[in-house]
Amino acid sequence: MHELSLMEGLVQGIQEEALHQKFTRVHHVRLEVGRLAGVEVEALRFAFGPATEGTLMEGAHLEILERPGQGVCQACGQEVEVETRFDLCPVCGEGFVAITSGTELRVKDLDVD
Amino acid sequence: MCTTCGCGGEARLEHQPHSHAHPDQGPARPGRRRISLEQSLLAKNDALAALNRQAFLARGILALNLVSSPGSGKTTLLEQTILRLRGRVPVVVIEGDQQTSQDADRIRAAGAPAIQINTGKGCHLDAHMVGHAFESLAPAEGTVLMIENVGNLVCPAAFDLGEAHKVVILSVTEGEDKPLKYPDMFAAADLMLLNKVDLLPHVRFDMERCLGYARRVNPAMEVLRVSAQSGEGLEGWIHWIEAHRPSLQKA
Repeated sequence: MHELSLMEGLVQGIQEEALHQKFTRVHHVRLEVGRLAGVEVEALRFAFGPATEGTLMEGAHLEILERPGQGVCQACGQEVEVETRFDLCPVCGEGFVAITSGTELRVKDLDVD
Repeated sequence: MCTTCGCGGEARLEHQPHSHAHPDQGPARPGRRRISLEQSLLAKNDALAALNRQAFLARGILALNLVSSPGSGKTTLLEQTILRLRGRVPVVVIEGDQQTSQDADRIRAAGAPAIQINTGKGCHLDAHMVGHAFESLAPAEGTVLMIENVGNLVCPAAFDLGEAHKVVILSVTEGEDKPLKYPDMFAAADLMLLNKVDLLPHVRFDMERCLGYARRVNPAMEVLRVSAQSGEGLEGWIHWIEAHRPSLQKA
């Protein structure tokens, strides 16, 4: 359940940002989370409440944009979508897939005032 | 006040999460706006890990982050490693466990300075805890720093501690499909130690299948077969450590 410490990191980062960019309230947070990022989206949602309690983010709406896993087949060279790090190429059925994206774990933007 | 991470405290090895609360946010001003951040949730940890890495390199220290499930034999392996390096290579150990200092006691008994981090409810070490533990240990130049992470094949994968290499330990009593069940950890490791190979005659463990799964998740990962109990294969592991120590001249 490292999702809670990830969410605490999120709050810390945004608190620092609030000082630089001079905002006092966060209404909406958009996260990008890749399917291969090694986190459970539901656990992130669950951790958001306790992690933001008593902060400028308390009560904010959390929107999670899920990103697919993508890679290049080492056998046939096709760009393909994968569900796991070890899927064989869905096109040729043989090659290992070198992952090119799907490990995103970042704050995209915030609505603040 | 801590100058590197700004946490406002002495080394806090019994880690409490920092709240850094802002008690008075002031009245909300009108005019909602959107701020683009594009910032990793791990940004803070990664920044501290980068500082750790610099500090390790500056002192010619090889830092290894040892990860595995509970009961893989990490601590026994560490004890045997310390005994074999004794007199040749200084070793210090950071022990991560949710509770108790039993592992650190075992390491000290084997002859290496050790510090225990109790993560409480936390399921992994982070760069902040390791940075403070490192300061407290103040190891000599050229030391090998072994960081025994919390026994858990999921969460520690995401948290860079500043180590040179993650080393994943898998014992043959656990089953050959662990690399597929926990792909993030095996993808993050540079070396896999297959431990307890002395038990191979007594357990069902398909070595070739395990190596195939490991390659599928991480084609570049090296593999060494060892038994901390019988000593089999430990020379190869000791050689691996010695070969990966950074030279002080580079620092």
